Amino acid sequence: MQFTILVYETQSELAARTDPKRKDAYWGAYRAYTKALRDAGVMVGGAGLEPPRTAATVRVPEGKRRVQDGPFADTKEQLGGYYVIDVPDLDKALEWAARCPSAATGAAEVRPNMPPPPTPA
Amino acid sequence: MSEAAAAAELAARASYGRLVAHLAARWRDVARAEDALGDALVAALETWPRAGVPDKPEAWLLTAARRRLVDGARHAHVAVAAEADLALMLREQTDDVGQTASSDERLALLFVCAHPDIDEAARTPLMLQTVLGLDAARIASAFLVAPATMGQRLVRVKAKIREAGIRFEVPEHREMAARLPPVLDAIYAAYGSGWEDVAGADPRRRGLAEEAIWLGRLVTRLLPDEPEALGLLALMLHCEARRPARRDDGGAYVPLSEQDVARWSRSLIDEAESVLATAARFAAPGRFQLEAAIQSAHAQRARTGATDWEAIALLYKGLLRCAPTVGARVAAAAARAEARGAEAGLRTLDGMPPDAVRTYQPYWALRAQLLTTLGRANHARDAFDRAIGLTEEAAVREFLMTRSADIR
Repeated sequence: MQFTILVYETQSELAARTDPKRKDAYWGAYRAYTKALRDAGVMVGGAGLEPPRTAATVRVPEGKRRVQDGPFADTKEQLGGYYVIDVPDLDKALEWAARCPSAATGAAEVRPNMPPPPTPA
Repeated sequence: MSEAAAAAELAARASYGRLVAHLAARWRDVARAEDALGDALVAALETWPRAGVPDKPEAWLLTAARRRLVDGARHAHVAVAAEADLALMLREQTDDVGQTASSDERLALLFVCAHPDIDEAARTPLMLQTVLGLDAARIASAFLVAPATMGQRLVRVKAKIREAGIRFEVPEHREMAARLPPVLDAIYAAYGSGWEDVAGADPRRRGLAEEAIWLGRLVTRLLPDEPEALGLLALMLHCEARRPARRDDGGAYVPLSEQDVARWSRSLIDEAESVLATAARFAAPGRFQLEAAIQSAHAQRARTGATDWEAIALLYKGLLRCAPTVGARVAAAAARAEARGAEAGLRTLDGMPPDAVRTYQPYWALRAQLLTTLGRANHARDAFDRAIGLTEEAAVREFLMTRSADIR
């Protein structure tokens, strides 16, 4: 069963990515976490995301395009990346989410991936 | 919180398990007993601020809960159930209100929670909820399960108790030997999930270790002649004694071998030693006594300044004979490495099945440490990465990353 772990990071964690004093620890933790997922054979895919200030949000209300700078939601914790994993059940998915470095500082949200929609007959 | 609300909560915390045990033992239905007690607590919160807190809050709650159960039975349509309930209603109305669950009833509830018909994974959560009154969300956090899932599991398991007609009684002495281990396992699992919250940083898990020790004391008080129950209590007390030493003042993780023994609790160690000595008089060693003996050997460092690794390795050999768990095998490898050198410890690790250790963090942490000692830098870094990636706690992650960076 596939699940997505959404990696929510605090401002401070996002800043750690480029902070000369903290970036080794930051990247080391994610490199190790990704390696553990791969070595356990549960990793399907994923990506880290550039920080929210690089985001642009598009809406097309009533056919009119509107583009805004910034992320869709302005919250304390921001989406910093995601992992797609394949594990037997939700319990196992939560176990992996608890090991995600962001779980200790921000959050790691777990959602079951939907199965592909039925093909039209 | 108002005074009345505080009094209700205090009464609930202090007597929840006893009241549920008492009601469930008579009504043979954990779910209904809990519902009735829940209603009684709600009624208390409504009534007490107006009418004042009663002299005996526990008796008040019991009376209110019984009334709910009796009312519920009057409305029940199932004839068979109603017949039994009718007899109960008579008894409930004549019972002395002040008299709540005897110790035997609480022990019976523990045995119900660990009944062989109940799914192993549900036993500890059920015990925490019915005997200690913890809520499903808190239990879910401790066992890393989605709260909704935990809620459903608990509801299902209580329905099963009712449908399977699992009896509320302490087993006969002959049967006890078979039925006690799952009770002890469930208590130990509760302690384990509290233990991992080293720093006490997670308010949802704080106190779970203390609750488990409380249950351990309860079992030894009610069954004083069971050496394994004593062994479990001694084991938990030894672990608890070292809690203050597991973090330094800055909150950084400190491994056992580097802990400052001055921070160990002498009184808890003394108590653990005396409980273990009582267990030893029965001359019937088992898994928990051996684990407690291993912790006891570690505790000697506080007196002698040294650790007898040969003795510890020997105790692990005994432990592996009766409980060959992955955790025990990794710990045995660590003891072997200390006693006979890193190469010997690594050989033990190499002998473990890859599937069993793929996601087992302690295996990779020990492997990394032994490879470092042996000067195999690249393999050590690889193993450290695995261990770091499998770690939940930030402090432990930091500790491992520092060790990995220190490899020359």
